[in-house]
Amino acid sequence: MLLRHTPKEITERDALVINPAKTCQPIGAMYAALGIHGCLPHSHGSQGCCAYHRSTLTRHYKEPISAATSSFTEGASVFGGQANLIQAINNIFSVYEPEVIAVHTTCLSETIGDDLKQITIKATKDGKIPEGKHVIGASTPSYVGSHVTGFSNMVKSMAMQAEKTGTKNGKVNVIPGWVEPSDMEEIKRLAALVGVDITLFPDTSGVLNGPLSGEYHMFPEGGTTMTELKSTGDAVGTLALGEWCSADAARWLDSTHKVPCKVLDMPFGLSATDRFIDALRIAAGVTVPDEVAHERGQLVDMMSDMHQYFYNKKVALVGDPDQLIAMTEFLVSIDMCPVHIVTGTPGKKFEKRIRELTADMPFEVNVKAAGDMFLLHQWIKNDPVDLIIGNTYCKYIARDEDIPFVRWGFPILDRVGHQYFPTVGYKGGLRLLEKILMALLDRKDRDDPEETFELVL
Amino acid sequence: MKCETAAVLEERKGQVHRTGQGPIEMACNRDSLAGAVSQRACVFCGSRVVLYPIADALHLVHGPIGCAVYTWDIRGSLSSGPELHRLSFSTDLQEKDVIFGGEKKLEAALDELIDRHDPKAVFVYSTCIVGIIGDDLEAVCRTMSEKKGIPVLPVQSEGFKGSKREGYNAACKAMFRLVGTGDTSDISPVSVNILGDFNLAGEIWIIREYLERMGVEVVANISGDGRVADVRRCHGAALNVVQCSGATLDLAKMMEEKYGVPYIRVSYLGIEDMADSLYYIADHFKDIDPEITTKTSNLVRDELEVLMPELARFRKDLEGKKVAIYVGGAFKAFSLIKAFRHLGMQVVMVGSQTGTEEDYRELEEITDPGTIIVDDSNPLELSAFIKEKDVDVFVGGVKERPIAFKMGVGFCDHNHERKEALEGFVGMFNFAREIHTSAISPVWKFVPRREQKEAEHE
Repeated sequence: MLLRHTPKEITERDALVINPAKTCQPIGAMYAALGIHGCLPHSHGSQGCCAYHRSTLTRHYKEPISAATSSFTEGASVFGGQANLIQAINNIFSVYEPEVIAVHTTCLSETIGDDLKQITIKATKDGKIPEGKHVIGASTPSYVGSHVTGFSNMVKSMAMQAEKTGTKNGKVNVIPGWVEPSDMEEIKRLAALVGVDITLFPDTSGVLNGPLSGEYHMFPEGGTTMTELKSTGDAVGTLALGEWCSADAARWLDSTHKVPCKVLDMPFGLSATDRFIDALRIAAGVTVPDEVAHERGQLVDMMSDMHQYFYNKKVALVGDPDQLIAMTEFLVSIDMCPVHIVTGTPGKKFEKRIRELTADMPFEVNVKAAGDMFLLHQWIKNDPVDLIIGNTYCKYIARDEDIPFVRWGFPILDRVGHQYFPTVGYKGGLRLLEKILMALLDRKDRDDPEETFELVL
Repeated sequence: MKCETAAVLEERKGQVHRTGQGPIEMACNRDSLAGAVSQRACVFCGSRVVLYPIADALHLVHGPIGCAVYTWDIRGSLSSGPELHRLSFSTDLQEKDVIFGGEKKLEAALDELIDRHDPKAVFVYSTCIVGIIGDDLEAVCRTMSEKKGIPVLPVQSEGFKGSKREGYNAACKAMFRLVGTGDTSDISPVSVNILGDFNLAGEIWIIREYLERMGVEVVANISGDGRVADVRRCHGAALNVVQCSGATLDLAKMMEEKYGVPYIRVSYLGIEDMADSLYYIADHFKDIDPEITTKTSNLVRDELEVLMPELARFRKDLEGKKVAIYVGGAFKAFSLIKAFRHLGMQVVMVGSQTGTEEDYRELEEITDPGTIIVDDSNPLELSAFIKEKDVDVFVGGVKERPIAFKMGVGFCDHNHERKEALEGFVGMFNFAREIHTSAISPVWKFVPRREQKEAEHE
C-alpha cells in the first residue's frame, strides 16, 4: 500500500499540506499565455520554476512547451531582476522572434520587489521592444492563491490589452477558463453552430494539440492574436466561463470599457451547457438551432438509458473550483452523490456553492477549499466511495482503496485523450458519461460473481 | 540537399563546438543567458533528485506549494521497502508567512509530521523564498532534532543560488551530517557504498546482485533505494564507488578527507564501462580476496554470453542510424557514445546541461569529426541540429521527448521517465531494445518531413 502512511483519524492541520491538490500561480500564467498567438511565456525568477512548469505541461500535453526564464542568480536576488528581464526581452526578440512575450513573476521576483510595469516601460524606452511586438505581464506570486489564480491573473492581463475605438465590432468575447485545447475548440464549434461571432481568449487549441508535421515550430498556428485581444474592448459583451478562472478579466472589460459581462459556470454537463447555449443565443438574438437541440437530446438520451447505474453512487471529487462546481451539478443531475469534494485552491465561497448544489443529497457531504489529497483520502477511508474523479495524483488512492477512477482535470500525466476529446458541451457530456460508465461497469464485470455476471447491461 | 544551420545566439557561440573544427574551448559551467529557453533547472531540483530516493526519510519542502508539487513522485526512485518518500509534504508558505517569517510554521509542521510518520530522519529543503526572507532553517532543525531525537537536516537548496550542480553539493552536505553516526563494527573489509545511482527503474538492484556474486558487501546505496541507517554507517565501507557526473562526488570527497575512504569513479552504462567498473572494484580488493578477479571475469563472461547475441540481433536493424544525445551531466554521455558503437550507430550531436570544460574536452576526443558538442542548449538549437544531422534517434529527458517526436524522430528517455533499467549488462540489453523499438517504429514512415526525404533518396 503506497499510501499506508495515511491514518484514518483526521486531525486539524494548518502548518502543513500533504499531497497537494493545487500548485503555484506561475504555471497557470504560463498555460494561459500559451493561448496567445506567437507568444513566448517568460518566467521572471530562478531557472527551476520555468523548467518545472515546462516539464509538467509537457507531461500533460505530450507537446513541446517553450518558455524563457530570467535565470535569476544570487546577484539578481540582491540587486533586483530589472537588468535580467531587460536583457531577457532583448535576447528573446532577437533569437526566438515571438510576437508577444508574456512575463509572469514568481515568489522570488515578487518578494525582492521587481515592478513589471516599470521594467516594461524602461525596456520600451531603451528600444528593446521592436516595433509591432508586445510585452505583457502578470503578477503571480507563488505564495498567494493557486495555479488557478495565476491563470486568472494572466487572462486579466490579456483583457487589459483591449483598446476601445468606440465602434462595436459585433463580436462576443468568450473567456473559456482553464480548460483543455479540445474544449476550447468545442466552445468555438458550439458558438459557430449557434451563429455567434466570438473572440475566444485564451485559446490553446492548435497550440497544444497540434499534428505531427516533422517540423518543430516554437510558435504553432493557434492562439488568440494581439489584434483580437485589442478588439475585445469593442465587443458587444463578454461571457466568462468560471468565476475563479475568468470573471476578473470579464469584469475588468465591463468596468473599464463598458463591455457588459455575464459570468457563467463552465459548461460541463447538461444544465451548465444549457445556460451557456442560452447566453450565446441571447447574445446573437437567435433561436437555438436544431443541430444543438439534437446534441442536447442525445445527452439526455444517454442519461436516461443508463440512469439505473448512476443511482446513489458515491463519488469523491478533487480538482479546481470552476470544474468541480459544474461537475458536482452534473453528477447530482444524474442521481450520483458527490460526497467528498476537495480543491486545493482557497476560497470559502467554493464551499458555499457546493453546499447549495448538494443540499438535497441523501448523504452527508464533505467539502473543503484549500484542502489536500491526504484529507480526501482520510475522508474516503472513513466513508468509502464508488468512484473517484480527479487528476492523475488520485491514482494512489484509487489503487490503495481499490476504487474505480476517472481521470479528469489537471494534470493528467499517465493517459491521453484530454488533448483531443472535449468534455465541455453536450458532446463533452456524452464523453464524461461514457468514461464514468466504463469505470463503473468494468468494475461491476470484474467483481460480479459468476452466477450474476451478465452479458447485457 | 539544403542544410539548415542552427540558430545560435551570438553569446552562445562559445557553447557550441564541432569536433575537428579548431581547438575546443567551451565556455561552459556558467549561468544561462537571461531569456534563454534553457533546459536547465535550479539548485532545489538538484538537491531533491539526490536525496529524494532515501525512502525511510521524510522530505519536507519549506516554501510555496509549487516546489513540492513539481517534485512529487516524478522519478522512479524505486524502493524495496518504505514508500514515505513518495508522499509530498509542503509548508505551503502564504503571504503572511513571507512577511512574518515561516519558522513557526516549519516547526509546527515538523512536530506533527515526525509524530505521525516516525521517520528515521527528516530532510528540510530550503527554497528561493526562504533564502530571501531569511528563515533560520539550521536553528529550527536543531531544535526539532533535539526535541524528537532523530536527525532533522536542513538542505540549503535556495533555487537562485546556481544550477543543479550547487544543489548536488547542498544534498551531499546534508547527507554528510548523517555519515559517521552509525555502528560499523560488523562491516566486511570487502565492502563498498554505491554512490550516484538513484534506482530510477531498479538499476541499483542489478548492480547489487553483481557485487554479491563477486563477494562484495554493499553498505549503503546512495541514494537509490536508500535507508537512513545505511547512510549513517557508510563510513565503515572500504571503498566508495561513484557514478554519475558529480551528483554525489562531493560526498565521496568529504568522506575521503574525514574518514579516509577512497573512491573510484565508474559508470554502469554500456558494456565496457560496466565491465571496467566491476574490474576496478575487484582490483581494489584483490589483496584481501584473491578469488575476486576470477569471480568477476566469470561474471562478465557469463553476462556477455547472454547479451552479445541479443545485441547482434538489434544491431542488424540499427547499423548506420544517427543519434543525438542531450543529457543532464556529461559523464553519462561518455558511456552512451560507447554503447552506441556496439549498436553500429553514429553519434552526431552530444550535449549536456551541466558539463565542465574537462568533460567537453573528453567528448571532443571520443566523437567523430563533425559531431556537434553543445552546452546548455534550447529547443530551437536542438531542433535545428536534428534537422541538419538528419537524426534518427534522440536520447534525452522529459522536455526533449516531444521535440523529437514532433520532428518524427525516435526517442529514448535516459532520465527521470525511463521505465526500464538501463544499467548493467541486462540494462544494455534493455537500452538496445528501447532504441530499437523507437528507431525502427513504423510510425516515422508517416512523418511528412521524413517521407519527403525517403523520396529524395530513391
